[in-house]
Amino acid sequence: MVFIMVNDSNLKTTPLHSIHKELGGKLVPFAGWHMPIQFKGVIQEHQCVRDGVGIFDVSHMGEIEITGPEAKKLVQYLLTNDIETMQNNQALYTLMCLETGGVVDDLLVHRFSEDHYFLCVNASNSDKDFQWILKNAGNFNVSVKNTSQQTAQLAVQGKHSEALVQKLCDTSLGEIEYYHFRKAKIHNYECIVARTGYTGEDGFEIYTDSNDVPSIYKKIMEEGKSFDLQPIGLGARDTLRLEMGYALYGNELSENSNPLEAGLGWVIKLQKDDFLGKAALKKQKDAGLSRKLVGIRLLERGVPRPHYRVLHEGSGVGELTSGTFSPSLNTGIGLCYVSTEYAKPGTRLDVEIRKSNVPAEVVKPPFLPSRVKK
Amino acid sequence: MEVPENLLYTQEHEWIRVNGNNATVGITQFAQEQLGDIVFVELPEVGTLIEQETPFGVVESVKTVSDLYAPVSGTVTAVNQDLESKPEQVNDEPYGNGWIIEIEIADNKELEKLMSPEEYIEQCGKEQG
Repeated sequence: MVFIMVNDSNLKTTPLHSIHKELGGKLVPFAGWHMPIQFKGVIQEHQCVRDGVGIFDVSHMGEIEITGPEAKKLVQYLLTNDIETMQNNQALYTLMCLETGGVVDDLLVHRFSEDHYFLCVNASNSDKDFQWILKNAGNFNVSVKNTSQQTAQLAVQGKHSEALVQKLCDTSLGEIEYYHFRKAKIHNYECIVARTGYTGEDGFEIYTDSNDVPSIYKKIMEEGKSFDLQPIGLGARDTLRLEMGYALYGNELSENSNPLEAGLGWVIKLQKDDFLGKAALKKQKDAGLSRKLVGIRLLERGVPRPHYRVLHEGSGVGELTSGTFSPSLNTGIGLCYVSTEYAKPGTRLDVEIRKSNVPAEVVKPPFLPSRVKK
Repeated sequence: MEVPENLLYTQEHEWIRVNGNNATVGITQFAQEQLGDIVFVELPEVGTLIEQETPFGVVESVKTVSDLYAPVSGTVTAVNQDLESKPEQVNDEPYGNGWIIEIEIADNKELEKLMSPEEYIEQCGKEQG
């Protein structure tokens, strides 16, 4: 085997970089950032989140604030989901699309009030998203700010996350429903605490000032000892999200993908007034879908990886957009766009792994039941 | 880092324990740490001819796929069947129960190309930067 050495001097680091090193994190380049891929091991960290509680540094994620009298109008125009129905302190999963219907990014929009929203966007897209928003904000009376640099983000995920965070928080977390948030103090620092996540477990995403995050992180780690809290790397973040069938930008979604095929029609509200991509998406919907993103589960041993070919009776029908070993199921899983004739759960397909065909079947994600608090 | 004295090493992080014309092959402690949790080992069949510096199998961790390179040419005489159900043995005991194949060496002269423990430690030091 050959391990490639990477020059990490041009990579961005989060305020927790040195803490990750102290904790034994293995740091790798990810989306321009030097991030921990694992601490003790991907499988063990994965199980820690499924069985108890884990903490992730996701400060590489981008944040964009939109304020002003026409903030709601702009956000409604930029995003595919219906912003009109949002209440204060509510979060919503949505897409931001090109005129073509291709996906600029998938993101979470949070509403403080109808003249103040903040978006949590993918790390690799934050500059692009910001430019895209500026470009389209010209006719609106708003102010748009990229606050990614001064904002840090932690995710505390797993069934013990509420009990743990509550020990340090001045606000009753039981009052924060799924996909809602509050401004609250954690360890006496101002934070935004949202009941959201990317794992399929109950948990919180905590946004705070970059300067404050080391103190908050250390305090949560200390308080977490009695819950067997562990730091979790990006490796387990990926296995956890893939078991839920959650899309990852760059894998399932891109500027060339059709979000309806990705099964994201539920966040595309074609009945709302004009928004970017509406005409194209409506046309695609009316024409009917020819392909669909499905879950693939291996029936024999092997590890499916992105770009592996998927076959039906020897003929190629697609390639995996994501693939990994599922620690919970102890088997290989993946996602793949296939023609609708092969999309039915139970359809027998093969995944080509190093020239041999490994039997697999189509599954409707999630691969295991979500346990978010609805 | 554990680098046993009585073994020889490849640049690609395999070890070989030579016993006359026979040898056992596995991957090093450094390699298993770099790979992380190993979830699958693709083994050759007994009787396969393998060639020095050429892939003979594959080891997969959650995050990566890596080829296994033959330290010397020879014939596979045994494979570690336990790894089919317990691939994590490679992480737990890379020099023990995590062994991968046994071979009959074709030409003992090829051993001269391999690294001593000291040379291997030096290489790992460089790779860690």
